[in-house]
Amino acid sequence: MTPEEIIKPENLVYGRTKVLTDNIMHYCPGCSHGVIHKLIAEVIEEMGIQDTTVGVSPVGCSVFAYNYLDIDWQEAAHGRACAVATAIKRLNPETNVFTYQGDGDMAAIGTAETIHACNRGENIVIFFVNNAIYGMTGGQMAPTTLIGMKTVTCPYGRNTDLNGFPLVISDILAKLDGTCYVTRQSVHTNAATIKAKKAIRKAFENAQAKKGTSVVEFVSACNTGWKKTPIEANAWMEEHMFPKYPLGDIKDTVKGSQLSDEEKNAKY
Amino acid sequence: MAEEVKLMKGNEAIAHAAIRCGCDGYFGYPITPQSEVMETLMAQKPWETTGMVVLQAESETSSINMVYGGAACGKKVMTSSSSPGVSLMQEGVSYIACAELPCLIVNVMRGGPGLGTIQPSQGDYFQTTKGGGHGDYRLITLSPSTVQEMADFVGLGFDLAFKYQTPSVLLADGVIGQMMEKIVLPDFKPRRTDEEVRKECPWGTMGKNGRKDRNVVTSLALESEVMQETNNRLQAKYKAIEENEVRFEEHNCEDAEYVFVAFGSVARICESAMEILRAEGHKVGVLRPITLWPFPTKEIQRLTKQVKGFMDVELNCGQMVEDVRLAVNGQVPVGFYGRQGGIIPTAEEIAEAFKAQMVK
Ligand SMILES: Cc1ncc(C[n+]2csc(CCOP(=O)(O)OP(=O)(O)O)c2C)c(N)n1
Ligand code: SF4
Ligand SMILES: [Mg+2]
Repeated sequence: MTPEEIIKPENLVYGRTKVLTDNIMHYCPGCSHGVIHKLIAEVIEEMGIQDTTVGVSPVGCSVFAYNYLDIDWQEAAHGRACAVATAIKRLNPETNVFTYQGDGDMAAIGTAETIHACNRGENIVIFFVNNAIYGMTGGQMAPTTLIGMKTVTCPYGRNTDLNGFPLVISDILAKLDGTCYVTRQSVHTNAATIKAKKAIRKAFENAQAKKGTSVVEFVSACNTGWKKTPIEANAWMEEHMFPKYPLGDIKDTVKGSQLSDEEKNAKY
Repeated sequence: MAEEVKLMKGNEAIAHAAIRCGCDGYFGYPITPQSEVMETLMAQKPWETTGMVVLQAESETSSINMVYGGAACGKKVMTSSSSPGVSLMQEGVSYIACAELPCLIVNVMRGGPGLGTIQPSQGDYFQTTKGGGHGDYRLITLSPSTVQEMADFVGLGFDLAFKYQTPSVLLADGVIGQMMEKIVLPDFKPRRTDEEVRKECPWGTMGKNGRKDRNVVTSLALESEVMQETNNRLQAKYKAIEENEVRFEEHNCEDAEYVFVAFGSVARICESAMEILRAEGHKVGVLRPITLWPFPTKEIQRLTKQVKGFMDVELNCGQMVEDVRLAVNGQVPVGFYGRQGGIIPTAEEIAEAFKAQMVK
């Protein structure tokens, strides 16, 4: 068999989604960001929503996400993506709006915007890349940095007296009446990637069905910030990150479902 | 048809004018002395009539970023606040200016610095006209002195913002926000359809909708050359605004030997002071800058050739007076009289201050 005989449309089992642009990604080899971008792009193509989707990129390593997905984008100030997304969605109810945020962006400087967008039950999707570090600025401590984990601003390991505790933000967001779906995924194996992609799709579908805010957390590797090889980083993530940030659905319902109709329509 | 005259507060006039000018969205957070803007909007429920979105945000940080999100779609969006809240917005304002997005920001000023007082002030002149946020940018700044202008400048502010793709600020002192006056509300203008928004703002990010290339709204330019180009483009735009959009009003300046320079509510008190002084034989006029940026520098320079001096009066410790002095460039004396803490000077006090400083 010649290569020409094999490379035929009918033999195609996997292709590169056209929602990804041809730009070469700037992410470090081994970084989770690129894989997550690809999964989101594939879901956008499969759902046929490329023309109606608006992404909001954060400040962090993924600030340039807008170079890689061929959709409309807004680049938000550090931490403000959920406020920006709120307005886009409210003013254009027919669009599919998502934010793409790191742990510093979403769970430190942007905690208020995140919690309140979720609490209002905005029909948007939040993609949350938790790599327990500030990748972009050179590996400083994040709110999600593990106890004992070394970063350049906690060089002797995160100390709870000095730095407090890892913030398990998704668990907090799951407690809010406005969220409908909160899940924790990863993209370090093929099996994990398949599950993560399903979660991404479900999140978009929830927003379309006006079920409330969906949060998809990706426990991720920042091998550069962690000062590890990609393979070491994935092993370290399984060993140390997963016990603190266990994978799986945290919440799957409809916004306000905890409240009775009487409670929802109360007037005082 | 006879014009419909209404009696209302300046803050209420802003809300009604917003609905009537086809505003798509308002995002705000309560703060005295401007809370009536959102309160009026919520009571009017424009989402049931024009489809305008009104949302109470969790902070001014959030409301200005909601404005960013809406403006980046090409929508006509606004926020309102008062001094401390506007300070909190400054990062977002800088981003909006750099991303070249049109929007309207209303600041009904109260006394500062700090938490200060809820009483009226003009203490945010520097913040608004000199920057406030980081980097080289300017804000078109409209200063109303009547409740009628509160209403009229909403539409004008949006028009200028869209013309130049830059934020407009309606900078009112708390007096104008809280004061009730008779006004005629502007006529109803329908909100633009999405098709019209796409046509007017082809850079907007409402989804590609069949467009070949994606739209990206960003204020990021890591390469030095690209950032310099952005700066040059912004500066060229600001120059055009300085050339075309200066607005001011004059009273009795034709034969004046002295001219009061004042904005907002204070300009009206200066008119009364002018009457007192004219009756005493002093040839006094009033120049009221309506645009604080662009500032009527050329008009002051023209008057400098005619007058013996200027008297600047403000509800602060002396801010606009620096721009007056820059324009005058030492050629004639420039006096200053300011009150703080929400104390509004009387016409008599201003007339006395004028005589003490200018007529020796
Ligand atoms: C107001 C503001 N403060 C600080 C910064 C600097 N800064 C840029 S990215 C970043 C942290 C990003 O970390 P994270 O959100 O976890 O994203 P990652 O790079 O890890 O993907 C910081 C502190 C900024 N750009 N703006
Ligand atoms: S620094 Fe970390 S998060 Fe940033 S691109 Fe490299 S591996 Fe990814
Ligand atoms: Mg991070």
